[in-house]
Amino acid sequence: MTRKAISQRLRTIDIVNASMRRRNAAEKRFQIYGKLAIAAAMLFLIFMFGNIIYKGHTAFVQAFVALDISFDAQVLGLGDRRDKKSLASADYAALVKAALRQQFPDVTKRKAKRKLYKLVSSGASYQLADMVKNNPDLIGTQARVWVPADDEIDMLLKGYIDRKLPESERRLSDQQISWVETLEAKELIETRFNFNFFTHGDSRDAELAGILAALSGSFLTLLVTLTLAFPIAVATAIYLEEFAPKNKWTDIIEVNINNLAAVPSIVFGLLGLALFINWFQFPRSAPLVGGLVLTLMTLPTIIISSRAALKTVPNAIRQAALGIGASKVQMIRHHVLPLALPGMLTGTIIGMAQALGETAPLLMIGMVAFIVDVPTSIVDPSTVLPVQIFLWADSPERAFVEKTSGAIMVLLAFLIAMNAMAVAVRKKLERRW
Amino acid sequence: MLMNDMTPDNSLARESGVTASAAASTGPMRISREHHETVGDYTVADPRITCRNVDVYYGDKRAIHAVNLDIGRNEVVAMIGPSGCGKSTFLRCLNRMNDTIESCRVTGEIELDGQDIYDKKIDVVPLRSQVGMVFQKPNPFPKSIYENVAWGPRIHGLAQNKADLNEIVETSLQKAGLWSEVKDRLEKPGTGLSGGQQQRLCIARTIAVSPEVILMDEPCSALDPIATAKIEDLIDELRQQYSIAIVTHSMQQAARVSQRTAYFHMGDLIEVGETATIFTNPVHPLTEDYITGRFG
Amino acid sequence: MQPTTLLLVLIVMAFIAYQMGFRRSLAVVSGKAKQLHSLPLYHGFFVALAAFIPAFLVFSLWQILENTVITNMVLNALPDEISSKAQGDVNLFVSQIKNLVDNGITADGISPQLQQAANYYAALQSESAAWLSRTTIALSLAGLFIAWRSVKREARTRNWVEKAVIGFLIACSSIAILTTLGIVLSVLFESVRFFGQVPFSDFMFGTEWSPQTALRADQVGSSGSFGAIPLFAGTLLISFIAMVVAIPVGLMSAIYLSEYASLKVRSMVKPLLEILAGIPTVVYGFFAALTVAPLIRGFGSAIGLDVASESALAAGLVMGIMIIPFISSLSDDVINAVPQSMRDGAYALGATKSETVRKVVFPAALPGVIGGILLGVSRAIGETMIVVMAAGLAANLTLNPLEAVTTVTVQIVTLLTGDQEFDSAKTLAAFALGLLLFVTTLILNVIALYVVRKYREEILV
Repeated sequence: MTRKAISQRLRTIDIVNASMRRRNAAEKRFQIYGKLAIAAAMLFLIFMFGNIIYKGHTAFVQAFVALDISFDAQVLGLGDRRDKKSLASADYAALVKAALRQQFPDVTKRKAKRKLYKLVSSGASYQLADMVKNNPDLIGTQARVWVPADDEIDMLLKGYIDRKLPESERRLSDQQISWVETLEAKELIETRFNFNFFTHGDSRDAELAGILAALSGSFLTLLVTLTLAFPIAVATAIYLEEFAPKNKWTDIIEVNINNLAAVPSIVFGLLGLALFINWFQFPRSAPLVGGLVLTLMTLPTIIISSRAALKTVPNAIRQAALGIGASKVQMIRHHVLPLALPGMLTGTIIGMAQALGETAPLLMIGMVAFIVDVPTSIVDPSTVLPVQIFLWADSPERAFVEKTSGAIMVLLAFLIAMNAMAVAVRKKLERRW
Repeated sequence: MLMNDMTPDNSLARESGVTASAAASTGPMRISREHHETVGDYTVADPRITCRNVDVYYGDKRAIHAVNLDIGRNEVVAMIGPSGCGKSTFLRCLNRMNDTIESCRVTGEIELDGQDIYDKKIDVVPLRSQVGMVFQKPNPFPKSIYENVAWGPRIHGLAQNKADLNEIVETSLQKAGLWSEVKDRLEKPGTGLSGGQQQRLCIARTIAVSPEVILMDEPCSALDPIATAKIEDLIDELRQQYSIAIVTHSMQQAARVSQRTAYFHMGDLIEVGETATIFTNPVHPLTEDYITGRFG
Repeated sequence: MQPTTLLLVLIVMAFIAYQMGFRRSLAVVSGKAKQLHSLPLYHGFFVALAAFIPAFLVFSLWQILENTVITNMVLNALPDEISSKAQGDVNLFVSQIKNLVDNGITADGISPQLQQAANYYAALQSESAAWLSRTTIALSLAGLFIAWRSVKREARTRNWVEKAVIGFLIACSSIAILTTLGIVLSVLFESVRFFGQVPFSDFMFGTEWSPQTALRADQVGSSGSFGAIPLFAGTLLISFIAMVVAIPVGLMSAIYLSEYASLKVRSMVKPLLEILAGIPTVVYGFFAALTVAPLIRGFGSAIGLDVASESALAAGLVMGIMIIPFISSLSDDVINAVPQSMRDGAYALGATKSETVRKVVFPAALPGVIGGILLGVSRAIGETMIVVMAAGLAANLTLNPLEAVTTVTVQIVTLLTGDQEFDSAKTLAAFALGLLLFVTTLILNVIALYVVRKYREEILV
């Protein structure tokens, strides 16, 4: 027995040692797989962010052309009238055209002229209109005004259009490019910070399109979501953690909440369409309905994290409060809730971030509209930032790719800020027991 | 009797209390309680494992101070002492299980058959196939009883064929005294056995790899007295073939199963000697306090 | 009175009620608050609640139902020649009425019938508003008065207020149930109507999908066919590609992070993975459509393959990346939940780290990992934006990942955005697809949550 055991023992260590080369190689391989997996995920993250920033950073600047405008009442077709109505309906485009003709006096043919006018955005005349309406005394004076260039010119200046391509393969003619080069030489065209992007609503013209309407819509929608979701979720969490008897009904609620958290968001959109729009006849495309749908969608997230926060409050504190004669509601309001609040806030911020990035359910309730005017109330037609991204992503113009990426950068900045806020709240207010 | 919540102040208080009463009862002492070098002969004639000047750190905290101890062939060495004295930490150094704890650092020399096991060239895998370990809480894998035992030989490639493997499983279960109880349900999950059976399954699992040394970390603390008795008998039988180091909380168990006993106290190895001597005639006052139940 | 003004009035009344309750409680004990059963502030809250809650409930109900009721009344009062028209025309007429009332303009000329109906509508609206104000203010006053009278020394107002609070809590927690119920009912109701027009078997087993129904009876060629098999196939194909990407990468990163990575690496990589999880799907969709799809197409043509510009591969690939953090964080959780003693047992036998992970830790964590994967699949099936933007509309029945396919969610979006008639088979089909989607993901979720829960109970004892 002993002899056999000894011989076997010797064998064991020899066998093990002999197998080590193979096994260590397997070990190395396995580790490499792990590293590869992480590297793949990280690389993708970098690639995607890099790609979006590369495509989108130019959205924050915009080509502007300097025009020497003479605010001639004759050209405007005003004569001696200066009342509001005539000012509003005056022909400001003519001013722009006149200024362009003056800049390039040798352009005489109709067709060429039309191409010349396309150098500046149609927004130029609105800009002039606003100037005159604010200050009618401008009429009769001259001024150099920087107006946005057309989006194709913008793309040209940003280097997205290859000037060396044959004329037939690009959307700008040789003539247009030569005009732009003339303007460049005279320093009458340059790229500046694109305020329009943050102060305008959507537009068919890429150079005039901005995200303000969408941002405002997102804000109103989130406002509705926050005012509804936070109290309801906290109340639900408190009931389930502190009051609910442990019975079948509570079990059902619990399973149900976990399930709702995993229901595809588009199904919430269907619910919103059928319930709020078709049944309650709430207005379509309104932040009110969007907020309601997102409330239902984010409730499970906030409830789950609020319950987790309540669970971390030690029972000793509850017993201490009850022990000095507080009622259960008083105990919760004065002791449990303040201690659980940071966790609840963290969960709420994360839920809001989720709601801010959500698109699909809002398509269902008609928030997928072309919105130029900035919505100011929760029943105005509006869109939200992710939907704006979706709409722009569908636009064929090259300039909208840049705008889309720019809007994505703004959206991601908001999301990162919100998540950082959640982390900060947790760090600042968290208490370890 | 456990002192899990031992804080520096109240341990001092207890020690001073002990000093007073011990001084009153035993008269003048040759060794003071502050003496923390090992008393007794820690060497053996034919050592399997030799430890010299072993220090263990968790981060900056030194958990074991300069321990010297030999473990001989075919003997059971018991390590006793109050909780937190470092006996389990020390045991886990012997097959480098402490490697799995990131902040843990071991210095000094530990040799197995003359080979330094903390040498950079040493691979822990063959080392652990030679120095097996049984844990405090039975930890069978969530696999069948058969697979639990067969897994070790299989990863090491110890069996040439299926029959070989069957034989290893059977002899290991027999040696662990479990064969008759489980031979009809080898395909059932190991987690379905009783606590005592699970622990014997873990011992069988360790034996199946044919190690040379078996380390046991309080193997019976989670078991009832009957299961404990079975394991103790088993340890006695295993001694014929293996060197065994066992950490135990129970002094009776140490007295029953071991040939030599080492008493640890707050990271120091206080006293080593023949089990009979330690329990009947301890030299160090701390050892005496502990075995007479005044401490710990 | 405007609804918002009315609501403000009710709130102001609640404040006044609070003050009255507070004062009266002190008055009945001539200032000795200690003699009261409940603190004065509870008396205040009690009176305020009595003044506000019944009135507010009526107010909300009124707001929700007002529109429907008035519209129906106007419809009933319409002359037969209009109300007997087709449903679509009636709806158009109603929206014209509303437009006329709200904005004073209509697209077409104003017919006398329209003007009459609009006048009636406006009259009903102002009458309704007047009645709403009267009812709610009367209710509020009544509540205030009754509650104010019952403020006495021994009145247990604290208990009453607390009962109201708990009632509010219960009402809130039932919203979760109501949401599920609402989803089921709304989707089911419309689906039943759909299956009244299109047989269930045609929908479930038909292989042709072209939902363009005829707008007019005499139109030819577009009778519409609603065989959903190509949609299922497309959904499954894209989800399969997604899981082929997500499972190995997600699982291996979870294993590496929990078993191998140092604390430093772990604390750096985990938040980055969470960023991946927090990116809105519309961003993934944009990236898939404008960057990944052209890349794949270019690569394909470089090696002589014909790749559709909206290939299933691009959508699936990007969707897979979206699901990676999902699978990795759930797997990370379950792998971390495997007790250290299991690992110790394996190490003590001389297993290498990868042997321990592959043969002990992973099998032990398997049920939890499977639960996580099922949740990932459910997410892939229900994912909308990536496929809307990167997958096509063409309902091809194919397994070739280089071709364009469409999915259930894409079709729901396409059928329900843009101009629509609510009762056509086309829109109803979206709800039938929604029902299918809901049921499928529900089953996956229930199984997954059950498996994970069961696993937690078993492994964590």
